[in-house]
Amino acid sequence: MRTGDSLPEWHVEATPTFVISTAIATRDFQDVHHDRDLAIKRGSKDIFINILTTTGLVQRYVTDWAGPEALVRQVNIRLGAPCYAYDTLKFFGQVVERDEQDLTIEVVGRTGHGDHVTGIVKIEVPA
Amino acid sequence: MTDKTAIEKEAARIAEQGESAPRLARDPVNLPMINNWLEVIGDRHPGYTEVAPPAMVQVWTMGGLHGQRAPDDPLGAMMKILDEAGFTSVVATNSDQTYHRYLRIGEHVSVTSSLEDVTGPKKTALGEGWFVTTRSTWYVGDEAVAEMRFRVLKFRPAEKQETKPEPQKAQAIRPSINRDTEYFWEGCRNQELRIQRCGGCGLLRHPPGPMCPECGATKPKYLVSDGRGVVYSYVVHHHPQVPGKQTPFVIALVELDEGVRMLGELDGEPSIGLPVEVVFTKVDDELTMPSWRPRADR
Repeated sequence: MRTGDSLPEWHVEATPTFVISTAIATRDFQDVHHDRDLAIKRGSKDIFINILTTTGLVQRYVTDWAGPEALVRQVNIRLGAPCYAYDTLKFFGQVVERDEQDLTIEVVGRTGHGDHVTGIVKIEVPA
Repeated sequence: MTDKTAIEKEAARIAEQGESAPRLARDPVNLPMINNWLEVIGDRHPGYTEVAPPAMVQVWTMGGLHGQRAPDDPLGAMMKILDEAGFTSVVATNSDQTYHRYLRIGEHVSVTSSLEDVTGPKKTALGEGWFVTTRSTWYVGDEAVAEMRFRVLKFRPAEKQETKPEPQKAQAIRPSINRDTEYFWEGCRNQELRIQRCGGCGLLRHPPGPMCPECGATKPKYLVSDGRGVVYSYVVHHHPQVPGKQTPFVIALVELDEGVRMLGELDGEPSIGLPVEVVFTKVDDELTMPSWRPRADR
Protein backbone atom coordinates (compact mmCIF):
# COMPACT_ATOMS: atom_id res chain seq x y z
CA MET A 1 0.00 0.00 0.00
CA ARG A 2 1.97 2.90 -1.33
CA THR A 3 1.30 6.28 -2.86
CA GLY A 4 0.20 5.74 -6.44
CA ASP A 5 -1.27 2.27 -5.82
CA SER A 6 -4.61 1.77 -7.55
CA LEU A 7 -7.61 0.04 -6.01
CA PRO A 8 -9.24 -2.61 -8.20
CA GLU A 9 -12.21 -1.27 -10.11
CA TRP A 10 -15.50 -2.24 -8.48
CA HIS A 11 -18.98 -2.24 -10.03
CA VAL A 12 -22.24 -1.96 -8.12
CA GLU A 13 -25.49 -2.75 -9.94
CA ALA A 14 -27.99 -0.28 -8.55
CA THR A 15 -31.09 -2.40 -9.00
CA PRO A 16 -34.37 -1.04 -7.59
CA THR A 17 -34.05 -3.64 -4.82
CA PHE A 18 -30.59 -2.32 -4.00
CA VAL A 19 -31.70 1.33 -3.96
CA ILE A 20 -34.69 0.58 -1.74
CA SER A 21 -33.12 -1.92 0.65
CA THR A 22 -30.13 0.33 1.32
CA ALA A 23 -32.35 3.37 1.87
CA ILE A 24 -34.42 1.47 4.43
CA ALA A 25 -31.39 -0.10 6.16
CA THR A 26 -29.96 3.40 6.58
CA ARG A 27 -33.34 4.56 7.96
CA ASP A 28 -33.84 7.02 5.11
CA PHE A 29 -37.55 7.02 4.26
CA GLN A 30 -37.51 9.91 1.76
CA ASP A 31 -39.93 8.86 -0.99
CA VAL A 32 -37.42 9.56 -3.81
CA HIS A 33 -35.45 6.53 -2.61
CA HIS A 34 -38.31 4.02 -2.75
CA ASP A 35 -41.32 5.35 -4.68
CA ARG A 36 -40.70 5.66 -8.37
CA ASP A 37 -43.99 7.45 -9.18
CA LEU A 38 -43.23 10.18 -6.66
CA ALA A 39 -39.57 10.38 -7.70
CA ILE A 40 -40.64 11.01 -11.29
CA LYS A 41 -43.27 13.50 -10.19
CA ARG A 42 -40.53 15.42 -8.38
CA GLY A 43 -38.47 15.67 -11.55
CA SER A 44 -36.15 12.66 -11.22
CA LYS A 45 -35.97 10.01 -13.88
CA ASP A 46 -36.23 7.21 -11.30
CA ILE A 47 -35.58 6.44 -7.64
CA PHE A 48 -31.95 7.03 -6.68
CA ILE A 49 -29.40 6.02 -4.04
CA ASN A 50 -29.36 8.04 -0.80
CA ILE A 51 -26.25 9.73 0.58
CA LEU A 52 -25.81 7.41 3.57
CA THR A 53 -25.57 4.50 1.16
CA THR A 54 -23.04 6.30 -1.02
CA THR A 55 -20.96 6.91 2.11
CA GLY A 56 -21.28 3.24 3.03
CA LEU A 57 -20.25 2.07 -0.43
CA VAL A 58 -17.21 4.35 -0.42
CA GLN A 59 -16.20 2.97 2.97
CA ARG A 60 -16.71 -0.62 1.82
CA TYR A 61 -14.73 -0.04 -1.39
CA VAL A 62 -11.73 1.11 0.64
CA THR A 63 -11.93 -1.48 3.44
CA ASP A 64 -12.47 -4.36 0.96
CA TRP A 65 -9.14 -3.35 -0.50
CA ALA A 66 -7.30 -2.33 2.69
CA GLY A 67 -8.44 -5.32 4.76
CA PRO A 68 -10.28 -5.59 8.08
CA GLU A 69 -7.35 -4.33 10.14
CA ALA A 70 -7.59 -0.85 8.58
CA LEU A 71 -9.40 1.77 10.64
CA VAL A 72 -11.53 4.31 8.80
CA ARG A 73 -10.94 7.85 10.09
CA GLN A 74 -12.61 10.08 7.53
CA VAL A 75 -14.95 9.84 4.57
CA ASN A 76 -15.21 13.18 2.74
CA ILE A 77 -17.40 13.08 -0.31
CA ARG A 78 -18.69 15.47 -2.90
CA LEU A 79 -21.93 14.49 -4.54
CA GLY A 80 -22.59 14.85 -8.25
CA ALA A 81 -24.97 13.10 -10.64
CA PRO A 82 -27.62 10.96 -8.91
CA CYS A 83 -27.19 7.19 -9.12
CA TYR A 84 -30.56 5.99 -10.40
CA ALA A 85 -32.10 2.56 -10.32
CA TYR A 86 -30.66 0.43 -13.15
CA ASP A 87 -27.40 2.43 -13.22
CA THR A 88 -24.07 0.67 -12.83
CA LEU A 89 -21.95 2.54 -10.32
CA LYS A 90 -18.26 2.05 -11.06
CA PHE A 91 -15.69 2.79 -8.39
CA PHE A 92 -12.09 3.76 -8.99
CA GLY A 93 -9.50 4.64 -6.36
CA GLN A 94 -5.89 5.47 -5.78
CA VAL A 95 -3.62 6.06 -2.80
CA VAL A 96 -2.62 9.71 -3.01
CA GLU A 97 -0.69 10.04 0.23
CA ARG A 98 0.93 7.80 2.81
CA ASP A 99 2.44 9.06 6.03
CA GLU A 100 3.58 6.01 8.00
CA GLN A 101 0.31 4.34 9.09
CA ASP A 102 -1.98 7.04 7.69
CA LEU A 103 -3.22 6.66 4.12
CA THR A 104 -5.31 9.01 2.03
CA ILE A 105 -7.24 7.36 -0.78
CA GLU A 106 -8.97 9.24 -3.57
CA VAL A 107 -12.20 7.61 -4.70
CA VAL A 108 -14.50 8.24 -7.67
CA GLY A 109 -17.85 6.55 -8.22
CA ARG A 110 -19.18 7.02 -11.72
CA THR A 111 -22.34 6.18 -13.65
CA GLY A 112 -23.22 6.69 -17.30
CA HIS A 113 -24.45 10.20 -16.35
CA GLY A 114 -21.13 11.31 -14.87
CA ASP A 115 -19.42 11.35 -11.51
CA HIS A 116 -21.86 10.36 -8.78
CA VAL A 117 -19.34 10.77 -5.99
CA THR A 118 -15.78 12.00 -5.67
CA GLY A 119 -13.88 12.20 -2.45
CA ILE A 120 -11.18 11.04 -0.14
CA VAL A 121 -11.08 8.39 2.55
CA LYS A 122 -8.49 8.50 5.33
CA ILE A 123 -7.55 5.23 6.96
CA GLU A 124 -5.01 4.02 9.47
CA VAL A 125 -3.32 0.69 8.85
CA PRO A 126 -1.37 -1.50 11.29
CA ALA A 127 2.34 -0.70 11.52
CA MET B 1 -33.81 45.41 2.86
CA THR B 2 -32.72 43.16 0.02
CA ASP B 3 -33.30 39.42 0.05
CA LYS B 4 -29.58 38.87 0.37
CA THR B 5 -29.23 41.05 3.45
CA ALA B 6 -32.33 39.51 5.02
CA ILE B 7 -31.11 35.97 4.44
CA GLU B 8 -27.65 36.76 5.79
CA LYS B 9 -29.16 38.38 8.88
CA GLU B 10 -31.31 35.31 9.56
CA ALA B 11 -28.31 33.04 8.97
CA ALA B 12 -26.28 35.00 11.50
CA ARG B 13 -29.10 34.75 14.02
CA ILE B 14 -29.35 30.97 13.62
CA ALA B 15 -25.57 30.52 13.72
CA GLU B 16 -25.41 32.49 16.98
CA GLN B 17 -27.73 29.99 18.63
CA GLY B 18 -24.88 27.49 18.39
CA GLU B 19 -25.46 23.77 18.92
CA SER B 20 -29.00 22.44 19.02
CA ALA B 21 -30.06 20.38 22.03
CA PRO B 22 -28.78 16.79 21.82
CA ARG B 23 -31.19 14.41 20.10
CA LEU B 24 -30.93 10.83 21.31
CA ALA B 25 -30.87 7.95 18.81
CA ARG B 26 -33.99 5.75 18.78
CA ASP B 27 -31.93 2.67 19.63
CA PRO B 28 -28.52 2.02 21.10
CA VAL B 29 -25.90 0.77 18.63
CA ASN B 30 -27.09 -2.78 17.96
CA LEU B 31 -26.22 -5.89 16.01
CA PRO B 32 -29.51 -6.39 14.11
CA MET B 33 -29.28 -2.92 12.52
CA ILE B 34 -25.59 -3.47 11.79
CA ASN B 35 -26.34 -6.81 10.15
CA ASN B 36 -29.11 -5.30 8.03
CA TRP B 37 -26.69 -2.64 6.88
CA LEU B 38 -23.91 -5.14 6.11
CA GLU B 39 -26.35 -7.33 4.21
CA VAL B 40 -27.63 -4.61 1.88
CA ILE B 41 -24.26 -2.91 1.36
CA GLY B 42 -22.78 -6.37 0.77
CA ASP B 43 -19.95 -5.71 3.22
CA ARG B 44 -18.33 -8.95 4.47
CA HIS B 45 -15.94 -7.17 6.83
CA PRO B 46 -15.55 -9.61 9.75
CA GLY B 47 -14.94 -6.94 12.39
CA TYR B 48 -18.44 -5.62 12.86
CA THR B 49 -19.56 -7.96 15.63
CA GLU B 50 -18.62 -5.69 18.53
CA VAL B 51 -18.29 -2.34 16.82
CA ALA B 52 -20.39 -0.66 14.13
CA PRO B 53 -19.20 0.33 10.65
CA PRO B 54 -18.15 3.98 11.06
CA ALA B 55 -20.18 5.03 8.00
CA MET B 56 -23.31 4.00 9.93
CA VAL B 57 -22.90 6.85 12.41
CA GLN B 58 -25.66 8.94 10.84
CA VAL B 59 -27.97 5.92 10.64
CA TRP B 60 -28.32 5.75 14.44
CA THR B 61 -29.84 9.22 14.67
CA MET B 62 -32.00 9.29 11.54
CA GLY B 63 -35.46 10.68 12.20
CA GLY B 64 -37.26 7.60 10.87
CA LEU B 65 -40.47 7.29 8.89
CA HIS B 66 -42.40 9.94 10.80
CA GLY B 67 -39.43 12.06 11.80
CA GLN B 68 -39.93 15.77 12.46
CA ARG B 69 -37.13 18.27 12.69
CA ALA B 70 -36.63 19.65 16.18
CA PRO B 71 -37.64 23.33 16.50
CA ASP B 72 -34.01 24.28 17.20
CA ASP B 73 -32.63 22.31 14.25
CA PRO B 74 -30.52 24.88 12.37
CA LEU B 75 -30.76 23.23 8.95
CA GLY B 76 -34.56 23.08 9.19
CA ALA B 77 -34.71 26.74 10.24
CA MET B 78 -32.44 27.85 7.41
CA MET B 79 -34.36 25.77 4.84
CA LYS B 80 -37.58 27.48 5.90
CA ILE B 81 -36.08 30.94 5.40
CA LEU B 82 -34.73 30.05 1.96
CA ASP B 83 -38.03 28.41 0.98
CA GLU B 84 -39.80 31.65 1.81
CA ALA B 85 -37.28 33.58 -0.30
CA GLY B 86 -38.15 31.38 -3.29
CA PHE B 87 -35.22 28.97 -3.12
CA THR B 88 -37.49 25.95 -2.93
CA SER B 89 -35.36 23.05 -4.15
CA VAL B 90 -32.55 21.33 -2.34
CA VAL B 91 -29.67 19.07 -3.27
CA ALA B 92 -26.87 17.80 -1.04
CA THR B 93 -23.38 18.60 -2.32
CA ASN B 94 -20.90 17.52 0.38
CA SER B 95 -20.70 15.19 3.33
CA ASP B 96 -17.46 15.14 5.27
CA GLN B 97 -17.47 12.65 8.13
CA THR B 98 -14.73 12.25 10.70
CA TYR B 99 -14.79 9.28 13.06
CA HIS B 100 -12.90 9.81 16.31
CA ARG B 101 -13.44 6.19 17.29
CA TYR B 102 -15.59 3.19 16.39
CA LEU B 103 -18.90 2.84 18.22
CA ARG B 104 -19.42 -0.24 20.38
CA ILE B 105 -22.60 -2.24 20.57
CA GLY B 106 -24.77 -0.97 23.41
CA GLU B 107 -23.57 2.64 23.24
CA HIS B 108 -26.36 5.16 22.90
CA VAL B 109 -25.42 8.15 20.75
CA SER B 110 -26.99 11.57 20.55
CA VAL B 111 -26.44 14.24 17.95
CA THR B 112 -26.30 18.02 17.97
CA SER B 113 -26.14 20.33 15.03
CA SER B 114 -25.10 23.91 14.36
CA LEU B 115 -25.11 26.26 11.38
CA GLU B 116 -21.60 26.83 10.15
CA ASP B 117 -21.93 28.83 6.95
CA VAL B 118 -24.47 30.27 4.52
CA THR B 119 -23.12 31.61 1.23
CA GLY B 120 -24.99 33.05 -1.72
CA PRO B 121 -26.65 33.74 -3.93
CA LYS B 122 -24.53 31.75 -6.38
CA LYS B 123 -25.32 30.91 -9.96
CA THR B 124 -25.14 27.14 -10.45
CA ALA B 125 -26.04 24.73 -13.22
CA LEU B 126 -29.26 23.92 -11.33
CA GLY B 127 -30.25 27.55 -10.80
CA GLU B 128 -29.45 30.39 -8.44
CA GLY B 129 -29.02 29.27 -4.88
CA TRP B 130 -27.42 29.34 -1.45
CA PHE B 131 -24.92 26.89 -0.01
CA VAL B 132 -25.81 25.99 3.56
CA THR B 133 -23.23 24.18 5.69
CA THR B 134 -24.05 22.58 9.01
CA ARG B 135 -21.89 20.72 11.46
CA SER B 136 -23.22 17.73 13.37
CA THR B 137 -21.47 16.12 16.32
CA TRP B 138 -22.30 12.70 17.70
CA TYR B 139 -21.77 12.12 21.40
CA VAL B 140 -21.66 9.14 23.73
CA GLY B 141 -22.30 10.85 27.03
CA ASP B 142 -20.03 13.92 26.90
CA GLU B 143 -17.53 12.35 24.53
CA ALA B 144 -17.63 13.53 20.91
CA VAL B 145 -17.25 10.36 18.81
CA ALA B 146 -17.88 11.60 15.28
CA GLU B 147 -18.47 14.77 13.31
CA MET B 148 -19.96 15.70 10.00
CA ARG B 149 -19.85 18.81 7.87
CA PHE B 150 -22.83 18.66 5.58
CA ARG B 151 -23.49 21.08 2.74
CA VAL B 152 -26.61 21.51 0.68
CA LEU B 153 -27.48 23.79 -2.20
CA LYS B 154 -30.87 25.37 -1.70
CA PHE B 155 -31.86 26.71 -5.10
CA ARG B 156 -34.51 28.28 -7.27
CA PRO B 157 -34.92 25.81 -10.12
CA ALA B 158 -33.80 27.30 -13.43
CA GLU B 159 -36.62 27.76 -15.93
CA LYS B 160 -36.74 24.51 -17.77
CA GLN B 161 -36.27 24.97 -21.50
CA GLU B 162 -38.87 22.81 -23.15
CA THR B 163 -36.63 22.32 -26.15
CA LYS B 164 -32.90 22.48 -26.19
CA PRO B 165 -31.65 25.07 -28.67
CA GLU B 166 -31.44 23.41 -32.04
CA PRO B 167 -27.76 23.03 -32.92
CA GLN B 168 -26.75 25.07 -35.94
CA LYS B 169 -25.95 22.55 -38.64
CA ALA B 170 -23.76 25.09 -40.40
CA GLN B 171 -21.51 25.13 -37.30
CA ALA B 172 -20.75 21.44 -37.73
CA ILE B 173 -17.09 20.56 -37.88
CA ARG B 174 -16.23 20.26 -41.55
CA PRO B 175 -14.05 17.56 -43.01
CA SER B 176 -10.82 18.68 -44.60
CA ILE B 177 -11.20 17.62 -48.20
CA ASN B 178 -8.13 16.94 -50.33
CA ARG B 179 -7.32 15.19 -53.58
CA ASP B 180 -7.35 11.79 -51.88
CA THR B 181 -10.78 12.26 -50.31
CA GLU B 182 -12.56 14.53 -52.82
CA TYR B 183 -14.26 11.56 -54.57
CA PHE B 184 -15.84 10.47 -51.26
CA TRP B 185 -17.49 13.82 -50.50
CA GLU B 186 -18.53 14.27 -54.12
CA GLY B 187 -20.21 10.87 -53.79
CA CYS B 188 -22.08 11.98 -50.67
CA ARG B 189 -23.37 15.06 -52.51
CA ASN B 190 -24.73 12.62 -55.13
CA GLN B 191 -26.18 10.23 -52.52
CA GLU B 192 -23.49 7.67 -53.23
CA LEU B 193 -21.36 6.00 -50.60
CA ARG B 194 -18.05 5.45 -52.38
CA ILE B 195 -15.36 3.06 -51.25
CA GLN B 196 -11.83 3.51 -52.52
CA ARG B 197 -10.69 0.68 -54.74
CA CYS B 198 -7.14 0.13 -55.86
CA GLY B 199 -6.64 0.72 -59.61
CA GLY B 200 -3.96 -1.95 -59.58
CA CYS B 201 -5.07 -4.95 -57.50
CA GLY B 202 -8.68 -4.00 -56.84
CA LEU B 203 -8.39 -3.97 -53.02
CA LEU B 204 -11.16 -2.05 -51.27
CA ARG B 205 -9.98 0.33 -48.57
CA HIS B 206 -11.27 2.99 -46.21
CA PRO B 207 -10.36 5.61 -45.07
CA PRO B 208 -8.96 6.80 -48.39
CA GLY B 209 -5.27 7.19 -49.00
CA PRO B 210 -2.99 7.90 -51.95
CA MET B 211 -1.33 4.48 -52.19
CA CYS B 212 -2.51 0.88 -52.00
CA PRO B 213 -1.05 -0.77 -48.89
CA GLU B 214 -1.15 -4.11 -50.71
CA CYS B 215 0.40 -3.50 -54.14
CA GLY B 216 1.66 0.07 -53.95
CA ALA B 217 -0.35 1.36 -56.87
CA THR B 218 -1.16 5.07 -56.76
CA LYS B 219 -4.11 5.20 -59.12
CA PRO B 220 -7.14 4.68 -56.85
CA LYS B 221 -10.63 4.28 -58.25
CA TYR B 222 -13.84 3.71 -56.33
CA LEU B 223 -16.82 1.45 -56.06
CA VAL B 224 -20.30 2.60 -55.03
CA SER B 225 -21.36 0.75 -51.92
CA ASP B 226 -24.85 -0.57 -51.30
CA GLY B 227 -24.64 1.44 -48.09
CA ARG B 228 -25.58 -1.49 -45.89
CA GLY B 229 -23.68 -3.10 -43.05
CA VAL B 230 -23.69 -3.96 -39.37
CA VAL B 231 -22.40 -2.09 -36.31
CA TYR B 232 -18.93 -3.40 -35.50
CA SER B 233 -18.40 -1.06 -32.54
CA TYR B 234 -19.66 2.27 -31.24
CA VAL B 235 -19.24 5.01 -28.66
CA VAL B 236 -21.88 7.23 -27.07
CA HIS B 237 -20.48 10.74 -26.87
CA HIS B 238 -21.70 12.76 -23.85
CA HIS B 239 -18.99 15.30 -23.27
CA PRO B 240 -17.56 17.70 -24.34
CA GLN B 241 -20.05 19.59 -26.49
CA VAL B 242 -19.36 19.38 -30.20
CA PRO B 243 -20.25 22.30 -32.49
CA GLY B 244 -23.39 21.62 -34.48
CA LYS B 245 -24.29 18.55 -32.40
CA GLN B 246 -26.62 17.84 -29.54
CA THR B 247 -25.17 15.44 -26.97
CA PRO B 248 -25.39 12.56 -26.38
CA PHE B 249 -24.85 11.17 -29.86
CA VAL B 250 -23.63 7.83 -31.15
CA ILE B 251 -20.62 7.30 -33.39
CA ALA B 252 -20.65 3.84 -34.92
CA LEU B 253 -17.97 1.90 -36.73
CA VAL B 254 -19.92 0.03 -39.37
CA GLU B 255 -18.67 -3.01 -41.22
CA LEU B 256 -20.08 -2.64 -44.73
CA ASP B 257 -21.30 -5.65 -46.69
CA GLU B 258 -18.38 -4.96 -49.06
CA GLY B 259 -15.97 -5.66 -46.20
CA VAL B 260 -14.52 -2.29 -45.17
CA ARG B 261 -15.33 -0.45 -41.95
CA MET B 262 -16.52 3.14 -41.89
CA LEU B 263 -17.23 5.61 -39.08
CA GLY B 264 -20.35 7.72 -38.87
CA GLU B 265 -23.06 8.99 -36.60
CA LEU B 266 -25.82 6.48 -35.84
CA ASP B 267 -29.34 7.77 -35.35
CA GLY B 268 -30.88 5.10 -33.13
CA GLU B 269 -30.25 2.78 -30.20
CA PRO B 270 -26.82 1.25 -30.80
CA SER B 271 -25.87 -2.39 -30.37
CA ILE B 272 -23.09 -4.54 -31.74
CA GLY B 273 -24.24 -6.35 -34.88
CA LEU B 274 -27.17 -3.99 -35.50
CA PRO B 275 -27.97 -3.96 -39.25
CA VAL B 276 -27.76 -0.38 -40.53
CA GLU B 277 -27.96 1.55 -43.77
CA VAL B 278 -26.52 4.85 -44.88
CA VAL B 279 -28.46 8.12 -44.95
CA PHE B 280 -27.20 11.34 -46.44
CA THR B 281 -27.83 14.66 -44.72
CA LYS B 282 -27.20 17.83 -46.68
CA VAL B 283 -25.46 20.44 -44.53
CA ASP B 284 -25.11 23.01 -47.32
CA ASP B 285 -24.32 23.07 -51.04
CA GLU B 286 -20.73 22.04 -50.37
CA LEU B 287 -21.17 19.38 -47.75
CA THR B 288 -23.37 16.31 -47.35
CA MET B 289 -22.64 14.00 -44.41
CA PRO B 290 -23.23 10.26 -44.46
CA SER B 291 -24.61 8.69 -41.30
CA TRP B 292 -26.28 5.44 -40.23
CA ARG B 293 -29.74 4.38 -39.23
CA PRO B 294 -31.09 0.96 -38.20
CA ARG B 295 -32.38 -0.99 -41.20
CA ALA B 296 -36.13 -1.43 -41.48
CA ASP B 297 -35.76 -4.94 -42.93
CA ARG B 298 -33.57 -6.31 -40.15
